[in-house]
This record gives sequence, structure tokens and C-alpha cells, in this order.
Amino acid sequence: MSEAMLRTKLRNGLEVRLKEIHTAPLISSWVWYRVGSRNERPGITGVSHWVEHMQFKGTPTFPAGTLDRAISRDGGFWNAFTWVDWTAYFETMPQDRADLGLRIEADRMANSLFEAKEVESERTVIISERQGAENDPSFRLSEELHAAAFRIHPYQHTVLGDMTDLESISRDDLYNHYQTYYVPSNAVLAVAGNFKAGPMLERIRELFGPLPKAPRPVHKPRPEPGQPGERWVEVEGPGETAYLELAYHAPSAGDEDLIPLAVLDSALSGASNLGFLGGDISNKTSRLYKRLVEGELAASVSGNLTASIDPYLYSISVTVRADSTVEAALNACDEEISKLLNDPVREEEVAKAIKQARALFAFGTESITNQAFWLGYSEMFAGHEWFETYLDRLAQVTPETILEAARKRLVPSNRTVGVYRPNGRV
Amino acid sequence: MDEFKRLDLRSLPGPETIRRQILSNGIVFLGRENFSSPSVVLSGYLWAGALQEKPERAGLAAMTAASLMRGTQERSFEQIYESIESIGARLGFSAGKHSTSFSGKALAEDLGMLLDLLLEVLRQPSFPKRQVDRLRAEMLTSLAIRDQETGARADLAFNGLIYPGHPYSVPTDGYKETVTNLTAADLRAFHRAHYRPGGMVICVVGGVKAEEAAASVMERFEDWKGNGRAVQLELPGIDKLKGLHRDHVTLEGKSQTDVVMGVPGPPRSDPDFLAAALANNILGRFGMYGRIGDVVREEAGLAYYAYSSLVGGHGPGPWEIVAGVSPKNLDRAIELIRKEMRKMSTRSPSQGELEDNQANFIGRLPLQLETNEGVAGAIVNAERHALGLDYYQRYPGLVAGFAAKDILRVSRRFLDPDNMAIASAGSNGRPG
Repeated sequence: MSEAMLRTKLRNGLEVRLKEIHTAPLISSWVWYRVGSRNERPGITGVSHWVEHMQFKGTPTFPAGTLDRAISRDGGFWNAFTWVDWTAYFETMPQDRADLGLRIEADRMANSLFEAKEVESERTVIISERQGAENDPSFRLSEELHAAAFRIHPYQHTVLGDMTDLESISRDDLYNHYQTYYVPSNAVLAVAGNFKAGPMLERIRELFGPLPKAPRPVHKPRPEPGQPGERWVEVEGPGETAYLELAYHAPSAGDEDLIPLAVLDSALSGASNLGFLGGDISNKTSRLYKRLVEGELAASVSGNLTASIDPYLYSISVTVRADSTVEAALNACDEEISKLLNDPVREEEVAKAIKQARALFAFGTESITNQAFWLGYSEMFAGHEWFETYLDRLAQVTPETILEAARKRLVPSNRTVGVYRPNGRV
Repeated sequence: MDEFKRLDLRSLPGPETIRRQILSNGIVFLGRENFSSPSVVLSGYLWAGALQEKPERAGLAAMTAASLMRGTQERSFEQIYESIESIGARLGFSAGKHSTSFSGKALAEDLGMLLDLLLEVLRQPSFPKRQVDRLRAEMLTSLAIRDQETGARADLAFNGLIYPGHPYSVPTDGYKETVTNLTAADLRAFHRAHYRPGGMVICVVGGVKAEEAAASVMERFEDWKGNGRAVQLELPGIDKLKGLHRDHVTLEGKSQTDVVMGVPGPPRSDPDFLAAALANNILGRFGMYGRIGDVVREEAGLAYYAYSSLVGGHGPGPWEIVAGVSPKNLDRAIELIRKEMRKMSTRSPSQGELEDNQANFIGRLPLQLETNEGVAGAIVNAERHALGLDYYQRYPGLVAGFAAKDILRVSRRFLDPDNMAIASAGSNGRPG
């Protein structure tokens, strides 16, 4: 990864990562901001995601509605994402049209209008997005689970935010958030594709260099205190299907336990991608699939471990079969986890997890859009070295390091159990 | 059209870079090399689909496809999955109305292993009873979840309105009542009757020589002798909708209502298909969701998503508009969408709007064809609909050749806001 990469920082603090790739006539540009729902407090939950929406609502240079048309006309593709730790924007364009993406990103880093009329029109769109999510029982369960697992840390609320805040957030709340966090020193610009790094950097300096310097915002959420015992939440709602979710407090991206836990997750619930690798390898040879799905207790099971700035959650999600019960599924999960705490994971399971990660890594580097994604992603919670050394660190994992990490993390007092009970179930 | 001029047509898949070979048993091999990629993608289909099920066996084609990897005469479920998961590969099957498709991916050096597995599960599936019973229970859970999804329920109701009495009204994954009764013997019989090599397509794209990929396919698949070419069934005709057809499914406790509205659209073979696709882009895709996105999302703020899609395919797939709205805004959203349909079918787009959409259709080709998956999908699509190996090289010219009057003509032919179907699902009461 590193040989063809150019890393630099502009005087205003904007970090730049460039990578030449000459396999397709495309260029992908990403801007990553270190802001997400982690940077929110009660009263303005959901504000980061809403700001992301407003970034598509125009500047004096690109009025609302013109941006989509300009990108589409040029055959490009763009989108944006908000997560707990970051917000990212990208444009993948035919190589001779990539300048448009860079101009838009430079412009909206400082000049978005946040017109009152657009804020109001977007309020109902945001509320509609949340209502769509609420239709899904697993969203409702996950929301309650996070609220129970985090007593004081802002990871306790969803990226979409609480409905009451979506109804009351003002134009000034949005604009203040934008002005605080959308500054060059809080962002990483990552560009990959068919260009020469020298002229590309020059153009980036022209476009982004004049943006005013501002201090990088400091935000230190109160750390979540240790959990004193197992927590349990239940959600009731429509349907016939029950869901079970177990969420353990997990290590942060910088913690040495994260990689052993990723290998453990691969053995337990299927190839772990830590939220950033591509591909979709099935999980039918994982321990929990064998026990729960082949054991005819569940229709599906999956695990989720994410690299994050602060300790987040390692969760196991189970869709319970109609002829089984949540309790039976939970017992089976507990027995499998207990095996992990008593006996080291087998060497061949570790070897398989590493092989899977290598394949996912290879698949994930294929598109230019993904390459540009990777240049910036790991900067959001660690540094680029984190990504570059990921496979090496994975190769160093042993059954003993996994056992140690499991004994620290996968204990009942460190978890919240969430249950969705359908009121249509007999 | 400057997009047309600046695009290097030779860089697009064409007869010079796609290898096409027909095996003696009628299997069509398609291959394209991409040595900048460490992976290989395997994609294709055979002519076994849900049209071949009886109504009381709805879901049979889908369940047969989902069972293929659950055991063969050589290997167990666990051995099959261990062989692919341990090297980070994947292979999966899914049934549609007309055919069963497959898609796989592996590191390039593992192509042989992937082809071995493809052949084994297609020719010698054993449908172990225990696995079939388990799969049935998983499918029933998925159907119970589908019953609670507003989008899926609105879509089912919509298909019921536009395809009354037609096999397109039946969901490929069946119904609880039909899936409950499907047995391993049913799957075995369906497989025996409909899985055969004639007309099957196998496409390999990625970091292997096309010549070697062709040889690998031939070596494995040539001796699969099926009983002739699969028969493509004649579809019953569909009457044009007369008047407004309205249905609503009440689902309690849902925050959002989903609505699906539209008409049966042109099949892929219809000479108007590409013009209709361009009209669809104008109506509900260009930029963020075209005109419908502008009106429903951007101006009225009624929905997080509101867009249109044109399915095409072998038969008259739907031309539909979907939106997710707050229950109280449902009627307003429907009226705004009908208004946009009326505009489409009564007024030509401006020259500027047409050119923007043409530029989008042409300019996005390099992005769509960047990955192995994108190229394989495009080549298989061209084969499926007999578009020709040079289709993607001719495509920019075809798109640039449409005038505003063509868009008006196809819109008038299909999009009639007074004769269409509207189905919704959510916590609203049934409309009067």
C-alpha cells in the first residue's frame, strides 16, 4: 500500500493522502471529517448526520440542486456517510472530470449556506429516514441496547438521533456544528486514481490551500465507566419473529486486544471485517452458525466488531426461529462463549481467520473508490499505519492472546442482552 | 454530445476483448481478462426458474437454488462450505422468474476450485432431508419477516394489481402456505426436470487468461449431457390497466408507509426499452432521484427516498415509482408523483434535460465497468438479451441518438397517471 502513496499536510492543517492507480480511467476523492454522533450531546443528537444532509443543499457557487446534476451529467457517482466517529464524502468521476469533485469538496468545507428554508424541508426528510429505520425491529432493538450499554458516553444514541431532537434542532445548532467541525485541520482528503501525484497536489493546494486555518476542535467525551453487572433490555413490537442481540464492551481501535478479538469473532461468527474490509464470505463453518442455525434454534447469526476511537461494542445478533425461543438461543450462545473462555481457539481456526482476512483485503483493494476509502478511513480512529500493519498484526495473533482477550471481554458483567419480543407471536 | 466523443470506445468490453465459446452441450462460455485484479468473478445462469413451478408449489425454484450447496453426492454441507470459506471465496445461487443465476468470487488462483464446486452442486446435489428441513424453517422465518416489511408488502400488493392472474404476481420466494409443503422430493424432481446445460451461460472475468478459463470450463462441463435445451415458457399476455387500481395493506405499529405505483413496463426485447430507460432516468433517477426526487424529497421534504425503476427483463417487468413517507403524507406524495407522470407523458423534456441524461448514461459506463463484478454483469446481461458482444461499444451511439420526441412517445405509451396501480403498506387505514 505505502510505496505509491503521498502523504502531506497543508498549512491550514488539511491532511492529504494521494495514491496513483492507473488501472481504470477514474479518480475517487474522499473528504473525511473527524465528527460523528460521538461529538453530540443530548438535545442535538442526530446533528452530525443532518449536517451531512445539508452539505448537499448548496453554496453560493453551487446552489441547491445543481450539485447532483453536475455530478450525474459528468457520469460520476457521489455519496456521504455519517458514523459514530466520522463523516465522509466522496465523488468517483471519470478522470477528466475529477476536478469538479475537488471543487465541490473545497467549496462546501467552508461555504455551505444552511438556508432556513432548506433546513425545514430537510427536517421532514430526516424524520422520514428515522421512521423508515423504526419500521425495522432490529433497529429498535439496537437503539435500546446502545442506550442501556452506554450510561454516559455519547455512543449511547444512534447516528440518526432521537426523534425529539430531530423535531427541535435549529438552523443555528446545525450551522454551529458545521463551523466547529468542518475546518481543514479536522479533515483528511484522500484521492486515488489515474493521475500524477505532483500536478494533483498542486491543484489541491490551489483549491483547499486558501481555506482559513482554524484550530482543530477538541472533544473528549466522558469515558464510559466499567459496567458493574449484566444489563438486560426488552423491546416489544409487531411481528412474529424474535431477535436476540448480545453486546459486549469492546476494545478501541488503539487497544492491543482488538485484533485478537477480530480473530475470535471470525471463529465465533464468521469472517470479521472490522467494518472496513470488502467481500461477503458466508459464515456457515463458524461456531455459532453450527450451534444455532444447524442446531435449529436460529435462522441466522452474525457478529459485528468495529474499529472505533473509544471502546464501542462487539455484538452478536441472532434471528430466532419460530419453533425456538430466545432463551434457548441465549443458552446456546453462552455455552459456545464459555468454551472459548475455557479452551484456546484451535490453531487451524486462527489460520483460517487470517486467510479470510487476506482474501477480503485483496477483494477490497480492487476498486478505485475503495482504495481512496482506505487512504482516509483508518486516519479517523488511529493512523494510516494501523491499516498498513493490520495483516501483520493479525498474523501475530495466537490462541493464547485470543484467550486472554476473551477472558477480559466476553464475560456476562461486560455485556447487555437485548431481546425483541414480537407481540404477534403465540 | 461531447461525452460520446471523449469516451474511448475501445476500452469498453467488445468482440476484441470478450472471448465467447459454445460447448458441444450448448453451454455458452464468456470470458474477459483483467490482470490488474488479483481476483476472479464467476457469473451466469441456467434456464430453470419460478415460471416452471405450479402455483401450489410457489417458492420451489428458489428453494431448489438455495439447496444446491447443502450437500452433494460427494460432499456434505460442512465440507462444501469449509472448502470455500477457508480460502475466503464465495459462491451463491438465486432463482428468478425465468432462470437461476449464480455468482462467485475467489482469488484468481482458486478459479479451478470454484468451477469444480459449481459443476458438482449443479450436477449432483443430494438435497439431504435434514438440510432441506432446516432451509425450509429458515425460509419461513424470512417470510414471517417479509410479512412485516412495509416495502415488501406494498410491492407484493402492487404486483397483484398489475399482473392479475399472471405468474409475475407470485413472489419468487413463495408464500408460507406453499413453502411449508415443499419437500426434498419436490426439489429433486424440479432439479431433474429443469437443470440442464443447454443454454446455460458461464462467464469468467478477472486475473486469468480467457483462453485458460475457457479450457478450464470446457474440461469440466463439456461432458455434462442434459436432455436438450431448456424450454423458455410462453408468458401469458397482460392487459393494459384501465382506471386507477388501489390497494393498501395495514400493518400496525409502523412509523413509515411505503408506496409502490406504476404499470407493467416494456420487456428488454422491446425496441422502446432503451428510450424508456432514459425516460425513467429523467423521471426518477438522474441526480438524486430525477424529477420525482426534486419534487417529493427536495421541494416538499416528504420522503427520505422516492425514485423510479424500470426492470425490463424477459417479460413486461414493472415500471414503478417507490417512496417511503410518513403516513400522514401518503396521499400528498401519491398526487405529486402522479403529477410528474402526467408531465412526462404530455410534454417533451427540454433539450438540456435530455442531454444531461444522455451524458449521464454514457459518462457512467467506465465506472459501471470498473470492477470484475460490473464487467461480468454487463457481459451476462448482453448475452441474456442477445444484445451482441459489441453492445457496450454501440451503446453510446444508441443513447445519443434519441430525441426529445422519443422520450415523450415512450412516456405516453407507458406512463398513464389515470390508468395505473397504486399499492401501499403501513399503519394507515384502508383508503376509502
